[in-house]
Amino acid sequence: MFDWLLKDEWFPKFDWRWDYAWEILPRLLEATLNTLIAAAAGYLIALVLGLVFALAQRSDSRILTFVVREFVEFVRSTPLLLQIFFIFYVGPQFGITLSPWISGMIAIGLHYSCYLSEVYRGGLDSVPKGQWEAATALNMTTMQTYKRLIIPQAIPSAIPGMGNYLVGIFKDTPMLSVIGVAELIHTANSIGSETWRYLEAYTLVGVIFLALSLPAAGLIRAFENLVRRKLGM
Amino acid sequence: MSLFEFLSQYWPRLLSGTGVTVAQFLLGAALTVGLALVFGLMKMSPNRMIKGSAVTYIELFRGTSLLVQLYWIFFVLPLFGVTLEKFTAGWVAIGLNAGAYGAELVRGGIMSVPKGQWEAATAINMSGARRMWRIILPQALVNMLPAWGNLMVEILKGTALVSLISVTDLMFQAKQINASTYMSAQIFGTALVIYYILARFLLTPFMRWLEGFMARKMGRA
Repeated sequence: MFDWLLKDEWFPKFDWRWDYAWEILPRLLEATLNTLIAAAAGYLIALVLGLVFALAQRSDSRILTFVVREFVEFVRSTPLLLQIFFIFYVGPQFGITLSPWISGMIAIGLHYSCYLSEVYRGGLDSVPKGQWEAATALNMTTMQTYKRLIIPQAIPSAIPGMGNYLVGIFKDTPMLSVIGVAELIHTANSIGSETWRYLEAYTLVGVIFLALSLPAAGLIRAFENLVRRKLGM
Repeated sequence: MSLFEFLSQYWPRLLSGTGVTVAQFLLGAALTVGLALVFGLMKMSPNRMIKGSAVTYIELFRGTSLLVQLYWIFFVLPLFGVTLEKFTAGWVAIGLNAGAYGAELVRGGIMSVPKGQWEAATAINMSGARRMWRIILPQALVNMLPAWGNLMVEILKGTALVSLISVTDLMFQAKQINASTYMSAQIFGTALVIYYILARFLLTPFMRWLEGFMARKMGRA
């Protein structure tokens, strides 16, 4: 009944080789560092750009609000992979050549800034209106009000969302392999094509992702509690 | 070549790519709903074994990325004797990945049903399964549908990754056309617009309609 399970040609490839896994581990760890750098850089761009988008959607100008709102929706509903290709290949058509790293960072930063702008928006909306009125009563400018009152109070409720997208960015960096950024999947692909052994490389990549993203999720929860306590909430 | 000439030459390939993308989406979404329901309920089980296996599945697929899972299923699973054809590997990976996220939505939806509903169902002598199916799940469904709308868009976007294992979806066709014409702005721009139309003008309105429909069925609208 289970004869089909025991075909010979499967078994030669089936063996997990520890010595081989050890051999490729240094290369994968080096790629892990690249992955982390890519994630961190993309996240920084997203944090700043996301705030710009969030504030633009709160501006008094109807046109600005509409344009930014539609742009955010567009980016959020199209695949990151396609956006990476778009940014990498369209630049040269107009004489702007971007390196894989730069275009990858821009694509990831831009994609996640649109998600983060929604997180910020939620946070900013959660600040009671009385805070604005109090600031007006004290003759503060809009800039001062945002900087000293609104943004600090908006941060605690935005932290869970911000943390989730940090892990999200980390898990989306493998897409950068398609334009040749030497992150984890890219390295695993080249290892696989050199030796025709995919089992160890792809499995190790999965293990590395798990080993980093599960503790990260726990740390973010701890950080969230810490901030809440510091702000006396 | 103007955009119009460009489109009139390449529309058949874009259309067939869109068809494959939609097929991947529908199959992946169906698998997602099934897995989410099963593992979401399993995670609420008092039995440690059942709960543990649901937690393992959810954390495993949420902790690694879709691309890693896709490659693993396509390149590594054959070594264990399970060879999936690339089209199948595509939607199975998408379904497994999104199912883990969906399971959390199902659990959240069920927990949002007021306790009195459980007690009332027990009071009129309903069995556990009957209570879940007729009283709890329909209410949970209404509560979790808005979140499912977002997940559905994520699934649609996730289908673009299957192009990397050579499934001839919209992303794949766009890449191929780009490689032969170098008209990157036109082809990738068109593909972006097609994905946008699918997500914003077909999928999202459908989910909104479904929300309203379910709410009416439950007498909440």
